[in-house]
Amino acid sequence: MPGAAIQIENLTKDYPFGFLHLKKKRSLEGLTMEVESGEVFGFLGPNGAGKSTTIKLLVGLIFPEAGTARILGKPITDIEMHGDIGYLPEQPYFYDYLTAAEVLDYFARFHNLTAADRGERVERMLKKVGLETARKIQLRKYSKGMLQRVGLAQAILHDPKVVILDEPMSGLDPIGRREVRDIILELKREGKTVLFSTHILSDAEMLCDRVGVIVGGKLRGIGAPGEIVGMKAQGMEILFELAGDGRNAAAIIGKATKTGDRYRLQVSEQELFAALEQLQGAGAKILSVAQIKASLEDYFMNLIEADRAQAAAVEVSGT
Amino acid sequence: MRRAGAVALNTFREAVRDRVLYNLVFFALLMMAAAIFVGGISIGIEEMVIKSLGLSAISVIGLLIAVFIGVGLVYKEMEKRTLYALLAKPVRRWEFLLGKFGGLVLTLAVNTLAMAAGLFLALLYVKHRLESADGVLLIAVYFILLKLMLVVALALLFSCYTTPLLAILYTSALYIAGLFVEEMRTFHFAAPNPAMEALLRGLSYLLPNFENFNVMAAAAHGRAIPGALIIENTAYSALYSGIVLFVAAAVFSRRNLK
Ligand SMILES: Nc1ncnc2c1ncn2[C@@H]1O[C@H](COP(=O)(O)OP(=O)(O)OP(=O)(O)O)[C@@H](O)[C@H]1O
Ligand SMILES: [Mg+2]
Repeated sequence: MPGAAIQIENLTKDYPFGFLHLKKKRSLEGLTMEVESGEVFGFLGPNGAGKSTTIKLLVGLIFPEAGTARILGKPITDIEMHGDIGYLPEQPYFYDYLTAAEVLDYFARFHNLTAADRGERVERMLKKVGLETARKIQLRKYSKGMLQRVGLAQAILHDPKVVILDEPMSGLDPIGRREVRDIILELKREGKTVLFSTHILSDAEMLCDRVGVIVGGKLRGIGAPGEIVGMKAQGMEILFELAGDGRNAAAIIGKATKTGDRYRLQVSEQELFAALEQLQGAGAKILSVAQIKASLEDYFMNLIEADRAQAAAVEVSGT
Repeated sequence: MRRAGAVALNTFREAVRDRVLYNLVFFALLMMAAAIFVGGISIGIEEMVIKSLGLSAISVIGLLIAVFIGVGLVYKEMEKRTLYALLAKPVRRWEFLLGKFGGLVLTLAVNTLAMAAGLFLALLYVKHRLESADGVLLIAVYFILLKLMLVVALALLFSCYTTPLLAILYTSALYIAGLFVEEMRTFHFAAPNPAMEALLRGLSYLLPNFENFNVMAAAAHGRAIPGALIIENTAYSALYSGIVLFVAAAVFSRRNLK
């Protein structure tokens, strides 16, 4: 099994709904992908795309209608394999009558660790996620971000080879997000495989070797962040100020967006010179001309827009 | 087993921290009040009152705990999503269930034994001594525990797939029906309908038989309890709980968490 730490094949999940659960809604459709060993993989998608569904299937919390997945070469139904994976649930919640130290010790008991080793790891993890001072407080008194940190600590406590995090940055303040990024990078340095889901595209761009974009239960793109976005420039942006009222170039100025005294105009590369001439003719002062680089965000938005358009078309045609 | 043990200890810890054992204070007060108030009655009756009152209280309190905590054992962990991180650990679902069951049975055992000790103290207070015949009380208490174990298994089963409110309903319905299985076997309708009778008879063997665990009268009067009944009840409770747990594990192992 060289290469792939997580292999997903044709994974499909339906959720029942409606009267007596007779109807089914497909939440994940034939997902096939691989996460290479040692890479940080970002799982992107809008709300309800199927990210958590995929992750819950991988850790065995729910069961697929079709398809299989293997982690470290073992089928996901193999419970012993769970000793090598760490999982942070979405909006994690833990026994509120326990303290952070107690809950970590409890989870550590499910791994083959000696009591001394357990104690040492719990201490180390509390420090790592910045909860040493809150260790004796019952979790019922924890804030959302603090619970998120407990969740992260329990996910990596046993030194797993594969770490699966469902929205690890959600609920965290900027410092916390920075710390989680550092933890993910540290895991990568240690040679672990990390799969995490997120809505925060900049985090994905910053951390991931590869990302997968999932929309409406289907994988829509997969690859290095720069690669899937496409390297070709998306057009040019002209930044300018107007001296007069620019009446003799009203058409083109109407297309620009105004912020403060400045106007921004987006044109294609072919239109650039014509636009510049017109603007100069209107007495505009050109401040800068820059290439618009596609970002992950644009890519993401385009996919979703396309999807919406398609859904609308289907609705209209009534199929 | 180690994993089920970890779950059991945590369940016990939760019960203790949720102040479940506070019911012991109530039991102690009840026993004290009874011991003082029966003081005026003649010695034989006095003893009987304390014994039956004590055993009834041990049974009722145990049942309340078994049902009310039992029905939340699994449901609460699913609802609050505390189960998510846990099931991603190397723990099988049936190990989790077994741990939950064991944890509550442990809680009940500690609680019941503490109440039994209280009962003996109250008895000592009114009689100023204990006789070997009072040992029957211990067997009665043991039977109560066996009964509670079975109730916990049933509550746990319902907890795997329904809300606490419904689970309370189902568990109590089964418990009450289980008190009348003998009657179901011997009962003849005013207008006898053979099909109905056969159905009731069949049902009476399927339902958990809670009647056999009740030796309150014998214990209160200090009558001996046959050894065969002890063996029979032990085996019955173990076997029936085992089957119920097995079904629960089968249901729960296929269940999709939300
Ligand atoms: N327990 C459930 N019962 C019914 N439908 C569900 C359930 N869980 C998820 N779904 C549906 O499955 C789809 C995918 O949900 P999922 O939670 O995987 O999305 P997600 O990508 O994680 O979204 P988010 O970014 O909001 O966390 C959604 O349409 C959701 O309505
Ligand atoms: Mg999600």
